[in-house]
Amino acid sequence: MASYLYLMISMPDFTIMEESKMKIAVLSGKGGTGKTFISVNLAAASPKAIYVDCDVEEPNGHIFFRPKELTYEIVSVMTPVVDHSKCNGCRTCVEFCKFNALAYINKKIMIFDDVCHSCGGCTILCPEKAISEKKKAIGTIQKGISENVKVITGMLNTGESSGVPIIKKLNEDILPNTDLTIIDCPPGSACIVIESIKVADYCILVAEPTLFGCHNLNMVYKLVQLFNKPFGVVLNKCIEGENPSEEFCTKHGIPILLQIKFCSDLGRINSNGLIAVREKQEYKDLFSLLLKSLPGGTV
Amino acid sequence: MKKLLILSGKGGTGKTTVASAFIKLSSAKAFADCDVDAPNLHLIMQQKLEPKKIDYLGMGKAKIDSEKCVNCGLCQIKCSFDAIKKYKECYNVDAYSCEGCGVCEAICYARAIKVYPDIAGELMLYKNDFTFSTAQLKMGSGTSGKLVTEVKKQLDLAEINTKIAIIDGSPGIGCPVIASLSGVDMVLIVSEPSLSGISDMKRIISTAQKFAVKTVVCVNKYDTNLENTIKIEKLCEEFELDFVGRIPFDSNVVKAVNKGKSIVEFDCLATDAIKSVFDKTINILNT
Repeated sequence: MASYLYLMISMPDFTIMEESKMKIAVLSGKGGTGKTFISVNLAAASPKAIYVDCDVEEPNGHIFFRPKELTYEIVSVMTPVVDHSKCNGCRTCVEFCKFNALAYINKKIMIFDDVCHSCGGCTILCPEKAISEKKKAIGTIQKGISENVKVITGMLNTGESSGVPIIKKLNEDILPNTDLTIIDCPPGSACIVIESIKVADYCILVAEPTLFGCHNLNMVYKLVQLFNKPFGVVLNKCIEGENPSEEFCTKHGIPILLQIKFCSDLGRINSNGLIAVREKQEYKDLFSLLLKSLPGGTV
Repeated sequence: MKKLLILSGKGGTGKTTVASAFIKLSSAKAFADCDVDAPNLHLIMQQKLEPKKIDYLGMGKAKIDSEKCVNCGLCQIKCSFDAIKKYKECYNVDAYSCEGCGVCEAICYARAIKVYPDIAGELMLYKNDFTFSTAQLKMGSGTSGKLVTEVKKQLDLAEINTKIAIIDGSPGIGCPVIASLSGVDMVLIVSEPSLSGISDMKRIISTAQKFAVKTVVCVNKYDTNLENTIKIEKLCEEFELDFVGRIPFDSNVVKAVNKGKSIVEFDCLATDAIKSVFDKTINILNT
């Protein structure tokens, strides 16, 4: 028997939602607190679920699920192309572009795809109709099956700066689904996180027992409040001694759904890319309990 | 001044722990926190004086003047970011989606739309015995890359006479990471011996290589999975990257962080290992 402990701190009483199951976003502010660990195990503990990896810069859920029957879809954005024979050098596009993605050098328009935000402004405004748009691939959506879980992963190509278009595409896939959906979010609280929680009905904030963890918990706490999302906290990697994140929750009256104690057995399972609930019954029980404590009481 | 940037790909591998240790060990006179989305370095680099604060202007946000708006809906059709919403017969801009590109402003026949400057965060500069440049991006803002560039510019403009500057980076491989890579002399990747850590490490190495920045690697919490640590060392050989050492898991790190201190101020297992990683890294940086 592994030496781990857990505590269910609170069991919020939510009314059961009948038709459609919940869409739950897991986020943290700080990286490495255990977002993917919680997301993957929650999905695996449910009889039927969809796991969506929105951490497109560093997607890791697929490492655990090892999904089969894979299909791929390329995600592209539009970037401008110039027909130099039509361009008369008026520089309307250069002056318009707020992102400095166009320049007029040696009597020729140059385009810098890397900084282009695909707003389409240059194409619309060119008086000579010299600019058109071409597709530029920025990443991939991978879909597959891992036992009871449908695994959907967004992957940004290295060297690309923004994964937001991939998440928008993922949201289109998530929205019509009626199964329990777990959304594994990127760290931080920037635009990419907002995009990831847009379709969520409930948010789980994962926090570490450190000053860093607490500082970053505060950021996502403000974020979910701003977007009026119901939420609860999972305290991960808890050790003996003070836990600034726990104090933060107590002070602000935030429901703590679960405390998971730091334990080398879980650490080993996780670092080897295994799914804890599929390895041991006790972990399955633990995450089933967490599922039940969520709104909708998903078993 | 040589600049060392600390990255990891995966979050929570120990970038800030290593960065703060390096700052103490090198007695660096200049350092910066480029994780503008979730900055933490200031929490363990306690400052005597208040920083100089400057508002950071992001890309601007569009606003629609409802008096002038003729409800034609063209702005909504042309907006590439789905930032214009119709609510009760009125068009409005969703500030969190607006990227300030100015398309709506340019195409509105009624001249009802204008892009206004928008405060997207705050730059902070501490000048004590050392110079520390950091920033905090406003929640939900989308211009972290630009703010990272500002943090580094602030450090450059401070004109510090020092050999080495330590820069704490952000997780991931996207815009803030790419912005932090420009102009640095070397990257130290703090990896973690998990399959996730290895996958993320490969992606950050590929990103750093695209921008042709010299890269070295260390493993933190190496003893939590020795097999994976050995895999990382082998990968470094394959990629022809210098491996600069193993740092053991040490629960004192959590205690140090919670006291607002760097791990090297404690005498413990991880300290000696970090010192050795530091020596090797600085040697390579100076050659």
